[in-house]
Amino acid sequence: MADAKVIPFDDDRSRGSAAQRPSRRRGTGSRRTTGESAQVGEVQPLPGRPRAQDDVPVTHEEEQRPAVPRDDDGGGLERRVASGLSFLRRRLTGDYEVDDFGYDEELTDQVLMSLLRPLYEKYFRVEVKGVENIPSEGGALIVANHSGTLPLDGLMMQVAVHDHHPADRHLRLLAADLVFMLPVVNELARKLGHTLACAEDADRLLGQGELVGVMPEGFKGIGKPFGERYKLQRFGRGGFVSTALRRRTPIIPCSIVGAEEIYPMIGNARTLARVLGIPYFPLTPTFPWLGPLGAVPLPTKWTIQFGDPIHTDGYPPEAAEDPMLMFNLTDQVREQIQHTLYKLLVQRRSVFF
Amino acid sequence: MGKVVLVTGAARQLGGRFVRRIQRDPQVDRVVAVDAVTPEHHLGGADFIQADIGQPTIARVLAESGADTVVHMDVTGMALGSGSRTTVKETNVIGTMQLLGACQKSPTVQRLVVKSSTNVYGSAPRDPAVFTETTPPKSLPSGGFAKDAVEVEGYVRGFARRRPDVAVCVLRFANILGPAADTPLASYFSLPVLPTVFGYDPRLQFVHEDDVIEVLRIASHEPARGTLNSGTFNIAGDGVLLLSQCSRRLGRPTVPLLLPAVTWAGSLVRTLGMSDFSPEQIRLLTHGRVVSTVQMRETLGFRPEHTTAETFAEFARSRGAGLLPPEALAGAVDRIAALPALGGGHLPTQSAN
Repeated sequence: MADAKVIPFDDDRSRGSAAQRPSRRRGTGSRRTTGESAQVGEVQPLPGRPRAQDDVPVTHEEEQRPAVPRDDDGGGLERRVASGLSFLRRRLTGDYEVDDFGYDEELTDQVLMSLLRPLYEKYFRVEVKGVENIPSEGGALIVANHSGTLPLDGLMMQVAVHDHHPADRHLRLLAADLVFMLPVVNELARKLGHTLACAEDADRLLGQGELVGVMPEGFKGIGKPFGERYKLQRFGRGGFVSTALRRRTPIIPCSIVGAEEIYPMIGNARTLARVLGIPYFPLTPTFPWLGPLGAVPLPTKWTIQFGDPIHTDGYPPEAAEDPMLMFNLTDQVREQIQHTLYKLLVQRRSVFF
Repeated sequence: MGKVVLVTGAARQLGGRFVRRIQRDPQVDRVVAVDAVTPEHHLGGADFIQADIGQPTIARVLAESGADTVVHMDVTGMALGSGSRTTVKETNVIGTMQLLGACQKSPTVQRLVVKSSTNVYGSAPRDPAVFTETTPPKSLPSGGFAKDAVEVEGYVRGFARRRPDVAVCVLRFANILGPAADTPLASYFSLPVLPTVFGYDPRLQFVHEDDVIEVLRIASHEPARGTLNSGTFNIAGDGVLLLSQCSRRLGRPTVPLLLPAVTWAGSLVRTLGMSDFSPEQIRLLTHGRVVSTVQMRETLGFRPEHTTAETFAEFARSRGAGLLPPEALAGAVDRIAALPALGGGHLPTQSAN
């Protein structure tokens, strides 16, 4: 608990946008059916209670639901073998479809998600809150904080949406250009449905009614030193807001807690990074000193909270060209994420449990 | 009075087919086919004039024919017969300049159709996933056919500025495939084993030869009601295929090579003069390229008959079976599925695949 820097509640207020905060708090309050006692409970660490958290009925049910079909027996096994063989047949003969972005839905659902799921469920024990804030249909832009030296937080967010959203929505992440330069990584990223973080691609995906995930902090967020954990960096140039405004899709702020501590970055070998052509070369207590073993992330406990959507359909079409509004909305999203981060940090009992 | 159509590049398969097709249109009186070499195929009732469009004689040919529509198809990536890359470039660039110069002088020309290529967009990891006609390329092609196409389009734009009375249509074709296609990509797919770049799975789009002929025909005539056939249009079949899918559907195994090795081998093959496997080709097979065809549908009013997958299937049939025919693989999987004692013991084998 010592690392949870919860003091800057006031710091938040000084940044303006005071009108936004109460309304959001009212929103969370109304969603919570327990009323006032939960209001009090939400800022307490709840030391005595085990994993059953206070305000997450959604996650808890969801956690059990997919487990049931997976532990099938008898006739289920035969069916699984048959479906596995037909999957194999389709893959071997190339008889499957990808979309314009190279998204291979079948491979993602059947293979890649199953590979990520153990990491998600067993290693980071991700707890998801507020998944009902993601609309069941139509375009929406999920904006999240970015951390952890390696972009595992994006992947975990994708699994969270994939496994927990009742409408089986797929998250399409926007990734840095470095991802598409690296061999193997670019191939997997495209097949997972990721695409380059640029206005054209985001606009096209939102226009197709997809759920798009973006981490506007970019390398500034993911490669920040451990001492600055949970302090949001600048949110790019706010391009994501104007894209959402143009497409009139809601913006859903998302706060991810736990990813900051997986690779505590205590140093940055700048020269080495420049030689390798990457934005930073992390030095953690274990990496690169222990070699590949040092690259194993710390098993922190994660929480992913999807916040209340910020609707953009009330703005006129020309609003996308208004830089002032864009900055205001960017700040609003950023503060909402930061605020939720602090709140989740207060609730967190320990980094690892 | 009917139209007089002048077609360049008539000695090629595609040019010959177009010449034969456009003669059947009722509004066409006469077709003048031009090329530097005599075609091996028949040209129907068209008048063939042997002229190198890189020479000023083309102006006289154009003036004497009194053509009102010029279809410039002599922008190609591969030499006909045993020509070298230099002569191809000469024909592409100097030929276009001469032809445009002749058109500018001609009082009769009312319509110009240019066959270009989506190669003009280049292929880079920093490009958006889908190119529209207005997307500026992130990295201009450095040489080869792609650079020719960029230069040709530049001259055509200059011509359109100087002769605003002439309707100019530039058609950017995706990879043209068909039973008779003689493109570098077609010869690549005819290799028994496909060398690929390790860690990259490019997205490819194909357009069928029949659709190429059809869209050229639409562009050469008066626009239909509610459509516009001057401007620049991407032409591609619906859908996307990954290179891995292509190889599986063809039944040709792939050999993944590291990118530097591929580049080196490509330049070696080029030096030995075995094939024109240009750096652009390697870039295409590394990063892939997908274009938007919204303008083609909505403005030009053209709907391709063949999707990318259908075009490729037809091409695959025309090339015969590879080393690993998809039917054989599918049969093998079916035989495993038909095994009587298919129980839990088979699960590991299946997942090992």
